[in-house]
Amino acid sequence: MAEPLIELKDIYKIYQMGTEEVRANDGITLTIDRGEFVAIVGKSGSGKSTLMNIIGALDVPTSGSYLLGGEDVDQMSDDQLAEIRNRMIGFIFQQYNLLPKSNLLENVELPLLYAKLPKEERQERAMQSLERVGLAEKWKNHPGQLSGGQQQRVSIARALAGNPSLILADEPTGALDSKTSRDVLDFLKELNNEGNTIVMITHDSSVAKEARRVVRIHDGKINFNGDVNDYAAIIQAGN
Amino acid sequence: MLQSFKLAIKSIWSNKMRSFLTMLGIIIGVASVIILVSLVNAYMSYMTESFSSLGTNQITVNMVNLPSRSVSVDEMYRFYEEHTEEFSHMTPVVSVSGTVKNGNDSMSATSINGVSEDYLGLKDWELQYGRTIQYADIMARQKVCVIGAYVANELYGSAEKAYDETIKVNGYAFKVVGVAEQQEDAMEDGGSDDFLWMPYSCAVKMARNANINNYTFAISDLSHATEYKTLIEDFLYEKFKNEDLYTVTAMSEMLDSLNSMIAMVSAGLGGIAGISLLVAGVGVMNIMLVSVTERTREIGIRKALGAKRSVIMQQFVIEAAVTSSIGGVIGILLGSLTTSAVGAVAGLNATPTPAAVIVSFSVSVGIGLLFGYMPASRAAKLNPIDALRSE
Repeated sequence: MAEPLIELKDIYKIYQMGTEEVRANDGITLTIDRGEFVAIVGKSGSGKSTLMNIIGALDVPTSGSYLLGGEDVDQMSDDQLAEIRNRMIGFIFQQYNLLPKSNLLENVELPLLYAKLPKEERQERAMQSLERVGLAEKWKNHPGQLSGGQQQRVSIARALAGNPSLILADEPTGALDSKTSRDVLDFLKELNNEGNTIVMITHDSSVAKEARRVVRIHDGKINFNGDVNDYAAIIQAGN
Repeated sequence: MLQSFKLAIKSIWSNKMRSFLTMLGIIIGVASVIILVSLVNAYMSYMTESFSSLGTNQITVNMVNLPSRSVSVDEMYRFYEEHTEEFSHMTPVVSVSGTVKNGNDSMSATSINGVSEDYLGLKDWELQYGRTIQYADIMARQKVCVIGAYVANELYGSAEKAYDETIKVNGYAFKVVGVAEQQEDAMEDGGSDDFLWMPYSCAVKMARNANINNYTFAISDLSHATEYKTLIEDFLYEKFKNEDLYTVTAMSEMLDSLNSMIAMVSAGLGGIAGISLLVAGVGVMNIMLVSVTERTREIGIRKALGAKRSVIMQQFVIEAAVTSSIGGVIGILLGSLTTSAVGAVAGLNATPTPAAVIVSFSVSVGIGLLFGYMPASRAAKLNPIDALRSE
């Protein structure tokens, strides 16, 4: 029985640009169940980043309701958002976003630190996470000493450390070459097969095809929402 | 909290140059507060001490005796005897300029005064040899004298050898009947130990002046100095009918005005140093703002991963406070060392005042907190999306 993790209903995000009104998200309704691997695809300016910020609890919608794991996120304060991000979401960014002056262990520990876990537990879980991505022996290194692919693996380890309900990957392969991209995508698939819910934002249709479901955003609206095979078919048809 | 301290120290350490420049303002500010206040204090206590050695319980009277209006020694004594409750001692003081000699050795800076038998008691000094000048000496104009330890040492080698010897004052032979205890640790020409006292009757004769113009009173109660001074003034006014013909000076009043003057100077200098601390605070704020801007991305990452406002806030405030406290400690060390060094060179007993240390340290920490607050709250309020987007 599928249990919804993300429930977006009539989400509007409207920016005021001078006198002009920009509807970055123009009435989005979307449900993502636990255990799904969904790609949100769209061109730049389509509103997919805005949607990702809202799903990631980095921002709140102008109107509409957003339930994340049954919790009402759309009216939360800054600190409440920080708290729910910490508890529910593991972020994987395009630019990795690791702290350059901290070593890998400290980087992976960071979400656990803000979850106020005791030091021993923090380090144990961070090490497990690093092991998971095959970088445990490099825990003393700093991000700058690693390749891009390795850094992305560290950021995946950091996303996993908090054992989140949702892994939110923003262009996870955007800064990587095709081989390391392949590795990262395979790893995400593996995580999904283990039961993790993954939402991946990308502009690249070929990357989107790695997911099980694809949601395409155009001009702030969803214009495709369906199985990856159907998506592949319409792409094939040149649409 | 502990984590924030570690982070702060790490951040300060990884930006050594910048942190040091930030601290420099605090260091200079704190050091200058300590140096100025401590040195002024040392100077103040030095001044106070030298004034006290002159006798804070003394009131000196100077007058101009005219042929038509004058106050005689007898009249002064009568006044004194009427007011023995207020005044514990009184003596005429007749200064004689000249040199003292023993054989070919002579001293010219020695202060030679004709005084009464009361003078030793007035000074509250002791003799190490012999006796002081007595009433009979004054009546008989005996050529006897009491000399200071320095004079005894210089002219005879020791107090013991000087005793009962003859000393020449401007060619007149005087017998040394007493040698006073040493007053100063380091005796020198013109110092407190370089003196000769003789009966004032002899001094009057040597000075070829019929009238005695100077008197010194010792008061019994310091807290009434001004009151007793007025008493003398009233008496003199009655005699002279003209305020310009006499001056009455209470040492304690001079000390008071000296103290208040020094306190004012001290406050003024402290204030200027305080302003430099304030400027240093603005420096801290400036650097912290730069630091926040520089680390916008880091703040974004931390916030995205679940850092609450208070956590970010704490991190930056603590960093500012730690920076300025380290600066404060260095400033205290530097200030204390400089104070001692300058004190040693200037011959002052200068130690950093605890008050100056405590105040300047807490001010520097306070400045760190105060001026760190604004940048920190700016950091805490950053939107994680914007912060992550910045390069």
